[in-house]
Amino acid sequence: MLNGYGGRVLRVNLTQGRVEKSELDPDLARDYLGGRGFAASVLYSELEKGIDPLGEANKLIVAAGPISGLLIPGAGKTTFAAMSPATGGYADSNVGGLFSAEMKYAGYDLIIVEGVSPEPVYIYIDDDTVELRDAEDYWGKGAITAETALKKQLGDDFQIAVIGPGGENLVKFACICHDFGRQAGRAGVGTVMGSKKLKAIAIRGSKSIPVADVDEFRRVGREMYDYCKASDAWDVWVRLGTAGVNVPSNEWGSFPTRNFQSGHFDDMDKMTGEYMREQIVVTDKACFACPCACGKYSYSKKWDVHVEGPEYETAAFLGADVAIRDIEDVAYANYLCDELGIDTISAGNAIAFATECFEKGIIGVQDTDGLALSFGDSEAVFELIKRIASREGIGDVLAEGVRHAAQVFGGGSSHFAMEIKGLEISGYDSRNAPAMMLAYMTADIGAHHNRAWAITYDIQVGRDAITPDKAAKVIELQHIRPLIDCLGGCRLQWVELGMPLDYYVPAMKSITGIDRSWEDLMLAAERVWNLTRAFWVREMEGFGREWDYPPPRWYTDPVQSGPTEGKFVTKENVDKLLDMYYEQRGWTENGIPTREKLDQLGLDFVTI
Amino acid sequence: MHLRADSSKCTGCRLCQLACSLYHFQENNPKKSCLAIDPKFPDPGVFEVRTCTQCGECAEVCPVEAIIQNEKGAYYIDSEECIACLECVDVCPENVVFTHPDQEAPFECNLCGECVHFCAYGALYVE
Repeated sequence: MLNGYGGRVLRVNLTQGRVEKSELDPDLARDYLGGRGFAASVLYSELEKGIDPLGEANKLIVAAGPISGLLIPGAGKTTFAAMSPATGGYADSNVGGLFSAEMKYAGYDLIIVEGVSPEPVYIYIDDDTVELRDAEDYWGKGAITAETALKKQLGDDFQIAVIGPGGENLVKFACICHDFGRQAGRAGVGTVMGSKKLKAIAIRGSKSIPVADVDEFRRVGREMYDYCKASDAWDVWVRLGTAGVNVPSNEWGSFPTRNFQSGHFDDMDKMTGEYMREQIVVTDKACFACPCACGKYSYSKKWDVHVEGPEYETAAFLGADVAIRDIEDVAYANYLCDELGIDTISAGNAIAFATECFEKGIIGVQDTDGLALSFGDSEAVFELIKRIASREGIGDVLAEGVRHAAQVFGGGSSHFAMEIKGLEISGYDSRNAPAMMLAYMTADIGAHHNRAWAITYDIQVGRDAITPDKAAKVIELQHIRPLIDCLGGCRLQWVELGMPLDYYVPAMKSITGIDRSWEDLMLAAERVWNLTRAFWVREMEGFGREWDYPPPRWYTDPVQSGPTEGKFVTKENVDKLLDMYYEQRGWTENGIPTREKLDQLGLDFVTI
Repeated sequence: MHLRADSSKCTGCRLCQLACSLYHFQENNPKKSCLAIDPKFPDPGVFEVRTCTQCGECAEVCPVEAIIQNEKGAYYIDSEECIACLECVDVCPENVVFTHPDQEAPFECNLCGECVHFCAYGALYVE
């Protein structure tokens, strides 16, 4: 019995219809902790080089961490991972809610889904009972609709992870949906699920999770909770959630506007967190064990839809980036994406890209089946979301992501296809935030902000500086945030409420019974970081510095308006940032982990 | 006096159930807790909380008088005396007498108040 863990790995082979349970290896728990650590380890060691991410050999990993299911603030994250059909590299995406908790109650830390089912199925897990069930009745249904139906059939106490038509139709940015409005959104983890004809995973568990020292665990958990509750930042964070970042980001000049032409949206009256709260928010909705519920569950009278959000990223991409200025319209676009099961970040980014191409005359109505595109036209956005999910006409091109769309549209549009490594950039224009730009360049799934939200550091120490401390900060964040991903937690209690990271040390000790220092935990995070880098090196011929470059817009086009007007990071400085980063990471000048670094981290089995 | 809930403040975080399980059973298992959270999603998108009102119907219906009151006046099931007929579970108007495969006897809220501490939103109170 491994304290803090469910104790078992569940392996489901959809081709053979076979289910296998095995004991969790304590060495895996020691070296990789859980969550994305487990995901990285399994994907690197079990996938062979060069497989087709949409084929039988790809695996969908679902991982909980040692704090999942326990009374630790923020213990509500589940990691979904696979080789990405969007990028061809490593992909993971974590999702809030209650799924990983339920995994632990059922006695599983890790679910590995292999193969491809001949017919649509869902995996049914009720403690020790694991079955593959016919999903014919659910296939084709929207994600919210399907979750509702599954809970009605199985019981409200089942937790559901489900894809929508977007995943079924292999949209490259399809997401895995859970708890009526949370998603594992990035890099096509939902696409992988769709390629396996896996509609959903439904799970229920009744077991207790063992911890080494109950009294000490109660004490630590209580202290962490008390800290969060007493934080000065608690009130605003709960009132506005991530939408509370809309205005600050705009004031920083980082709110992506009109396909990142600018970092400032000029019409925010109906886009602020406060306006949103007044207009549409119905319920503060929390993830598992979270004392600072950031979920803003909303109802739009205008559109008669319920939706969780819009979150900051969605206000960015289905709002400013496509120049929609009414949060209710953003909420409707959000609802469409949630029900159809596609990532709001990539979808909005792709629609903004298409709109800029249209406005520049690179594409026209002959390419869009008569649909005129212009920034600020919300009806066009709604229509494109539907066409992307069903892969109709231009939707079929956009469903492949902006890197591919730029190749199809031509006309020099790759210049402003806002992606890195094939993943659409998320919500921070970084032309005057070099640390944030570096974070995007080096994120290990492609451009995503959650590995290192460095923008506040840029603001704090001076935006224009291209200095080694910025690289150091990005590296530090790339260990801290992913560490929390490995533990199964959410980083926002620390980020938003200032909850000290130190707590994770006594928390882990009371849970696992093993005393691990903060440095030791960070080493595990560094190990995972280098392993996911190695995954890219193995898969991508000639992988290196080139792959870390941002789109040319970021080192050529000055910001068009707002507080950062005229700013961009020069190519020379892009290279300088990467030079400093690689050096501090102990990688080659081309960004490849050295043998020395790999061995230091115990990654001797990695031969790149 | 009993545990009360203002459901309009519930966020569905389940910290109350986690705390209950940890303090009532010294275990990490919200399936072994003494209050219920009912999510109503996608529409209207709210949580409803069910708590024991200390109505005493479980005690009345118990054929072996296994349900008595503790020093706080809360009804509790003496697991030594309980014959697991589950009449109390059926009769409870709030459906807050709970069972679990691990436990021979059903269980119910003993008014320890730990859940109140762990509700950051002030949805729970004892009055």
